[in-house]
Amino acid sequence: MADAALTSHAVHEAPTGFIRKWIFSTDHKVIGIQYFFLALFSVLLGMILSIFIRFNLVWPGTEIPLLETFFPVGAPGGVMTPEFYLSFLTMHGTLMVFFVLTTAPQGGFGNYFLPIQIGADDMAFPNLNMLSFWFTFVALVVLLAAFFVTGGAPISGWTAYPPLSALGEIAGPGLGTGQTLWIVSIAIFCVAALLGALNFITTTIDMRTEGMTLMRMPLTVWSWFVTAILGLLAFGVLLAAGILLLMDRSAGTSFFIPGGLVVSDQIIDHKGGSPLLWQHLFWFFGHPEVYIAILPGMGVTSQLLSTFSRKPIFGYRAMVYALFGIGILGFMVWGHHMFMSGMSPYTAIFFSLLTTVIAVPSAIKTFNWLGTLWRGNVRLTTPMLFAVGFVSLFVTGGVSGLFLNQPSTDIYLHDTYFVVAHFHIIMGVAAIFGIFGGTYYWFSKMFGRQMSEFWGKVHFGFTFVGVYAIFTPMHFLGMAGNPRRYAELTGFDFLEPLASIHLFITIAAFITIASQLIFLINFFWSLFKGKKAEINPWQATTLEWEIPSPPPHDNFAGKLPVVYRGAYEYSVPGEPLDYSMQTAPKTAES
Amino acid sequence: MLLAITIWIFTLITVILFTDLVPEMLELASGQWFPETASVHGAIVDAQFFNTLMVTGVVFILAQVALGYLVFRYRERPGQTAYYYHGSNKMEWAWTAATTVLFFVMVSMGYGVWLDVYVHAAPEDAIQIEVTAQQFAWNIRYPGPDGQFGIVRPELIDDAAGNPLGLDPQDPTGEDDLVVPTMAIPVNRPIELILRSKDVTHNFSVRELRLKQDTVPGMMIPLRFTATKTGKYEIACSELCGMGHHRMRSFLDVLSDQGYADWLEDQSEF
Amino acid sequence: MATIAPSLPKPKAQSPGGSGDGFDQGGSGGDGGHGAGRPKSLPDRRYYTGMMLGLAAILMLFAAFTSAYVVRKGLSDDWQATAVPGILWLNSMVLLASSFTLEKARRWRQVQARFQGWWWATTGLGMIFLIGQILAWQELVAGGVYLNTNPSSSFFYLLTGTHAVHLLGGVMALLYLSWRVWRRNSGGLGATALGVTALYWHFMDGLWIYLFLLLLIGR
Repeated sequence: MADAALTSHAVHEAPTGFIRKWIFSTDHKVIGIQYFFLALFSVLLGMILSIFIRFNLVWPGTEIPLLETFFPVGAPGGVMTPEFYLSFLTMHGTLMVFFVLTTAPQGGFGNYFLPIQIGADDMAFPNLNMLSFWFTFVALVVLLAAFFVTGGAPISGWTAYPPLSALGEIAGPGLGTGQTLWIVSIAIFCVAALLGALNFITTTIDMRTEGMTLMRMPLTVWSWFVTAILGLLAFGVLLAAGILLLMDRSAGTSFFIPGGLVVSDQIIDHKGGSPLLWQHLFWFFGHPEVYIAILPGMGVTSQLLSTFSRKPIFGYRAMVYALFGIGILGFMVWGHHMFMSGMSPYTAIFFSLLTTVIAVPSAIKTFNWLGTLWRGNVRLTTPMLFAVGFVSLFVTGGVSGLFLNQPSTDIYLHDTYFVVAHFHIIMGVAAIFGIFGGTYYWFSKMFGRQMSEFWGKVHFGFTFVGVYAIFTPMHFLGMAGNPRRYAELTGFDFLEPLASIHLFITIAAFITIASQLIFLINFFWSLFKGKKAEINPWQATTLEWEIPSPPPHDNFAGKLPVVYRGAYEYSVPGEPLDYSMQTAPKTAES
Repeated sequence: MLLAITIWIFTLITVILFTDLVPEMLELASGQWFPETASVHGAIVDAQFFNTLMVTGVVFILAQVALGYLVFRYRERPGQTAYYYHGSNKMEWAWTAATTVLFFVMVSMGYGVWLDVYVHAAPEDAIQIEVTAQQFAWNIRYPGPDGQFGIVRPELIDDAAGNPLGLDPQDPTGEDDLVVPTMAIPVNRPIELILRSKDVTHNFSVRELRLKQDTVPGMMIPLRFTATKTGKYEIACSELCGMGHHRMRSFLDVLSDQGYADWLEDQSEF
Repeated sequence: MATIAPSLPKPKAQSPGGSGDGFDQGGSGGDGGHGAGRPKSLPDRRYYTGMMLGLAAILMLFAAFTSAYVVRKGLSDDWQATAVPGILWLNSMVLLASSFTLEKARRWRQVQARFQGWWWATTGLGMIFLIGQILAWQELVAGGVYLNTNPSSSFFYLLTGTHAVHLLGGVMALLYLSWRVWRRNSGGLGATALGVTALYWHFMDGLWIYLFLLLLIGR
């Protein structure tokens, strides 16, 4: 049928060589695992950076001997300099947003389970799939290289606002080579994300098996699909912005750099550019990016709540429409990041109203999740706990959003820790809970062994309490006016009384981060020593639970399944089991 | 899980005792978490915040309690079977409509104060003061008795020689301009700030006055307010501007009319 | 627990050389693995879907550039219109002609000699267009208009350059397909390969007309 050079569909035997099988594999399952481990590495690194960030806020000027060994310039004598703090802050944000939250739920789980859940033997373009992973990998390497160049990693934050990010070394350390590497890394990441998005959408449209109508697709598939559409339309814009910024930095153009700038008494030879132009382009990408991070988590949560409530999802169609509603509106609200940027105040009201509209489908999803639990038969397994945790965090992060989408209250809260609390809860921690839920749920399918339920629950307990202990007090810091992105809190009188809250947050963060070791040990121990997994340990209905754990090379051993039912047929009256597989004909025994 | 939560509660109690967190929170709460407002629009901003807090607080508590209740009430038990039910369109419409109305009513209440600060023109007698941010300092300029700001030229900027704004000595309107590192204003008089930046994007913020606005190079952004209480407030930078962001501080003195006049006189003598 | 539905009868092996056979004509015909679930024509459709989506992404890239163009021009007082080099008119003709020759090639897909002629004509016209673009840039440089002279010239180089890179990709695709025909020594190319390539090529053609008008009228 198809050409081996463009797709490996013609080849159904598993590749035998180690390199083709595990490194340059075109098997969506292997690529999914590669993405997963790339994200795992990035999240560990990002977490280590956050340890130093929290440490420096509470104990500035303390010597950390280990730090000097690695970064003699950034931390002379082991003491973090402010610019070193800001470079960690930038890298923490960039790693987490791009290489964890964009990568793990979509590239990892999406890659592994989207083809299986729609009954396909692979993605539509397996070679392209491999290419997008390796582009992502190169992007990560380029990003990390920024740590080790003169001046260190950039200090302009993950939003890289020009002119700070456009002027080069003169505006601060890390803004020379480090910033250039950052932009190049993001540009490569954009290409990878675009290739991936294209593949996901095509696979969903064209590779569904017989009977897998759109309205029978699991909500996970819907969420990956909508996420891919967002990625396809958003990353091109970030790429464009990155190209323009790179040209401002190295080709002497003035897209973002206005005239008459004087930095450290030196006149900058640019004129006429607009710093706001970058913000518009960046947030046109940046707001959909928030949904790219959170939508797959919503999909996983829907799947888990239905599976473990033993009950069909409440309002399946409303869930699908809400996903699309969020996706479409996600492109129309970027200006709410810019209320204080100097753009037209009328525009602010326009964006504020649209942002309020987007709160509605989010509320619909929450109501439907609660409706799914209602009159269910709730099994509190580890994945279920994380799904319930997701809903809790989604509500918390959602209501704090209602303070920030009003320009009037944003006057006070903009760029304070209130914002830090809001986005960490809703797009950071909630999305991570989606990832954890997915990991505990699908681990057996991916690796053929079960993770420990007991230690999973212990891990949940620590993490759930921990993230609230970290981020709830940050709302109070914001209400007290504490600005974000301050390397030290010693420069202002009004920050002094807040020191004990910061200390509390730091201790809570250390304990929460330490408790992630429970997850890591459980994960790697189970990888080798865990109990052998059955085919369908959770008694779930979707297609991945019909094939061996782990699945064979082409998923369905040459026989693609035929689907007769929706994705969440639990507790169907008159049927012998409380779950009915999607492939079970409806004519059963009822 | 119980183990984890027990350890957590134990740890939290220890930490709370250890860090004086409780008295701290109470202290903040007694000031209603916000420092007492010192501007006319600040009171309205605060009111909008607390309206929002009421509405979202109720939503938040109801949602979290419902979540916990449902998980507990319908936990798996022998003999319990789940209800085979796909949802109800009536319910979907009901809560869609309810949230839409609730959120829109709440949000619309806050636009008036926003228009006051950013759109409605300043009254004729507003005092104009120019703020120019730079890495990592604030330059405050008063137009002087002639009420006109002199021309500035970037090429004349020389921090060392005491001309941080690049005032043109040829320009007569600039002769009486007063450039100082801290700001003073009279109480109960409308003020119009003109925000500029020399290098990168900064943000002029004074929390007691509920003021926050980016200063964008290449733009002149007006900001209007009226202070209602005398006092000395800290000006902080609230937009990442480089390595010294965390120490970019100045002061804003809100003085009585007489105090302001004295202050202007003192400054002009130098 | 697992119930794999019984496999449906496999579809008939695809007829070699027939339309709708994917990229490969001399390939192995039917594909057992896809047999059960999926209608037979679908594996081809994905190449069109994928290409359309790829073009959507490219469109977003240029939409972002365009909005930057409009905003930057609207905001600034330093914008000086860049005169569009006359050779661009010629280049536009060349590119339009290449779309025509590509369609001719598609029509003569089954007739090797004619196909080859039109195919190489398209490739050649594409290359001439690229050379023409380089000449246009040289003309600007000779006139002292550089990338960083003015925002207008920055956008000129940016837009034409980004388009040229994409068109270069199209030329490479044409060359690659020629090489495949030559290597296999079999007649013609599959309709899908041709169709997808043509989709990309015509899109680049249309995109160029749009950019040309933007630079011409919007300067």
